[in-house]
Amino acid sequence: MGSVKGVTIREGSMEFIRQAKLFASTEGAFIEQELFESGAGIEATATSPDDVQNRSYPNSFGRHQGSAGYEYITALELDRHAGRIAEEAVALLSAPQCPSGVKTLILDASQTALQIHESCGHPTELDRVFGMEAAYAGTSFMTPEKLNHLQYGSRNVTITADALTPTGLGTFGWDDEGIPAQRTFLIKDGLFVGYLTSRETASVLGQQSNGTMRADGWNRIPLIRMTNVNLEPGDSSLAEMVSETKDGVYMETNRSWSIDDKRLNFQFGTQLAYEVINGKRGRMLKNATYAGITPEFWNSCDAVGGRAEWRVWGLANCGKGQPPQVAHVAHGAAPARFQHVKVGILK
Amino acid sequence: MKSMEVVRLTDEAELKQFMTRLLQRSPAQETEVMVTEDDSALTRFANNGIHQNVAERDATVRVRVVKDGKTGVASINQMSEAAAADVLKRAVAIADLQPRSEVVPMPGPAAARRVDAWSDATASATPEERADFVETVCAKAGRAGLKAFGAFSTSAGQFAIANSLGVYNHQRSTQATVNSVVMGDAGSGYADRGAIDVRELDKNELADEVIDKAQRNQNAQPVDPGIYEVVLEEYAVAEMLEFMSFMGFGALAVQEERSFMRLGEQITGEQVNIFDDGLDRTGIPSSFDFEGVPKQRVELIKNGVASGLVYDMQTATKEGRQSTGHGLPAPNTEGPFAVNLFMKPGSAAKADLASDIKRGIWVTRFWYVRVVHPKASIITGMTREGTFLIENGKITRPVKDLRFTQSILEALNGTLALTRSTKLQVSEYIGAARVPAARLKAFEFTS
Repeated sequence: MGSVKGVTIREGSMEFIRQAKLFASTEGAFIEQELFESGAGIEATATSPDDVQNRSYPNSFGRHQGSAGYEYITALELDRHAGRIAEEAVALLSAPQCPSGVKTLILDASQTALQIHESCGHPTELDRVFGMEAAYAGTSFMTPEKLNHLQYGSRNVTITADALTPTGLGTFGWDDEGIPAQRTFLIKDGLFVGYLTSRETASVLGQQSNGTMRADGWNRIPLIRMTNVNLEPGDSSLAEMVSETKDGVYMETNRSWSIDDKRLNFQFGTQLAYEVINGKRGRMLKNATYAGITPEFWNSCDAVGGRAEWRVWGLANCGKGQPPQVAHVAHGAAPARFQHVKVGILK
Repeated sequence: MKSMEVVRLTDEAELKQFMTRLLQRSPAQETEVMVTEDDSALTRFANNGIHQNVAERDATVRVRVVKDGKTGVASINQMSEAAAADVLKRAVAIADLQPRSEVVPMPGPAAARRVDAWSDATASATPEERADFVETVCAKAGRAGLKAFGAFSTSAGQFAIANSLGVYNHQRSTQATVNSVVMGDAGSGYADRGAIDVRELDKNELADEVIDKAQRNQNAQPVDPGIYEVVLEEYAVAEMLEFMSFMGFGALAVQEERSFMRLGEQITGEQVNIFDDGLDRTGIPSSFDFEGVPKQRVELIKNGVASGLVYDMQTATKEGRQSTGHGLPAPNTEGPFAVNLFMKPGSAAKADLASDIKRGIWVTRFWYVRVVHPKASIITGMTREGTFLIENGKITRPVKDLRFTQSILEALNGTLALTRSTKLQVSEYIGAARVPAARLKAFEFTS
């Protein structure tokens, strides 16, 4: 990165965690778990008198992280990508602004992962639905009368909570109430069919817990937290999505994210974008943003990438609770395409 | 029987002895030890009832060593002699593994002015006292046909820092904070309070504010997005200041060319004066920073002109000047941080802020604010729990929450009025801001 003229800040980080967890209950559970995490990331920032642009790899806001060992770090091949992101950061300074309009939007897999996190993971937390987070993180638009009725997304959208996903930060043997890790459906063929639950909240709906209670340390109580909330792979590919698009924008790597307290009205920005015109990738665009309303957005999803482009994205900064807790969760995602999306909020 | 709470903090003489012994046994050329100790409790409520009561006591010992031009930092949450030996050994081992590089200099001794940030009443607050406060809010909400949610926390702690160049500073502090959302069938309200002394938190005043807001914010209807004249309550103004601090008040942000601060230039309206003062007891004071440097008052924006920045040892050394006492704990790549923020009040009464507005928006608070472009000071976020339409000088109806995408500097450039009263807002993350409510000429709501 240092050899690229115009780069003013270069950053890199690695994180390794070994957590020993012991759970015992008067119901007879005695569970011992040892959990490992490894993560790394690099970032280049370029500045001019009136602008600042950055690019990072493999994800933004620190690093990409997984439940794995050092092999996870070497597989990232950070050195192979360093020059590219540095050049992109510098090129963004002179790139045109992302145009405003209603267009086809193609998201890379990492931004799709954050979209899942904010607009599906959080609103399906059943403690939020019951008001336990109302004074802090908020509530949810996905209220119980909508269960099995709300067409949350198009038929391309199937989202699972899977605590058994290899390398996921939400992967474990048992949750912090002693419930075994499991895979359940939240959204099936677009229909809202399930919540993330605990023993207490599941019983209100006459259900069994699906094992999502986790505390972020010895001095915090368990809360309902996302496990690995995954958008199941589709049958498209990024190249195919681009080739089928007449007038669109491709956006990559999150730069900013914001969503209302019911998880409906969102706005995201990405570090990098390209215009997509008549099936081809065009000019690089800077300051790209898009906005929408959750069910409208997911119902406009007309393509999801296949298994070859599907990857598990670790997210190690999920905040919730009073006193605050930070959970490590993950999202399996591939690139995805959405129609009629408002882009270019920043003029 | 009522519980008797006794704050459990280590005696200062014992703490100083522990730190001195750790410094004495260090083999490094320079060593710094920082100890934080907290004894805190929180009562959380939802649907008009308490659902969570937690309390914890924790301590952190953080050691920074500089050995042969290499730096190592390690921490542990125990204060035994064995723990001290372990954390020191790990800090040295980390330093030995580093390449030689730029070393952040440690400061020499300088007396920090003592500032009283302690309240016995807060330190000894009982679960019953927190429950009594919560009961008032829930009962009043219940009588109004509403549901209350929130959290009430009280904490006592101490923070001490010493280094091998002779620095030793120590401070005890307490804090009490309460926030509440009250909901009806078709809308909600919000209020919060924070203070050093728990007795300053008035349960009836808070309950009345949040219930009144909830009652007025029922059945909100949408309003078209666009540019509106606005009244921002103190909750929203404080959040803008916090984001200004995050994006641009630190010297590192300017040195790295990512700040909106253009020193000497007019960057906001003339009515805007923002400063940082760690010694002002109307904030949440702290007399020295995480490097042991005494706090200085820094004028950040004076009459709308970018006037100053906050410095830590690294950024000050780079410019050949003194640190202003705004360092964060090592290792720190974020640079110095202004955490004791103040915005100078104006002369308006809050009740009159809307009186000259033909058509505008009244905003209670912001939610989920994020940086869109730091150098242009552009943020996005939502309004929450009390957004109202102003027509011909009066609040006429609640409107659905709006998303804004707005440059803070441009918004403050249109400052038309500031209230003479101010409110202390304790940050969710670090520090606090004391601010007035504001009337601004133009604010862009994007959806």
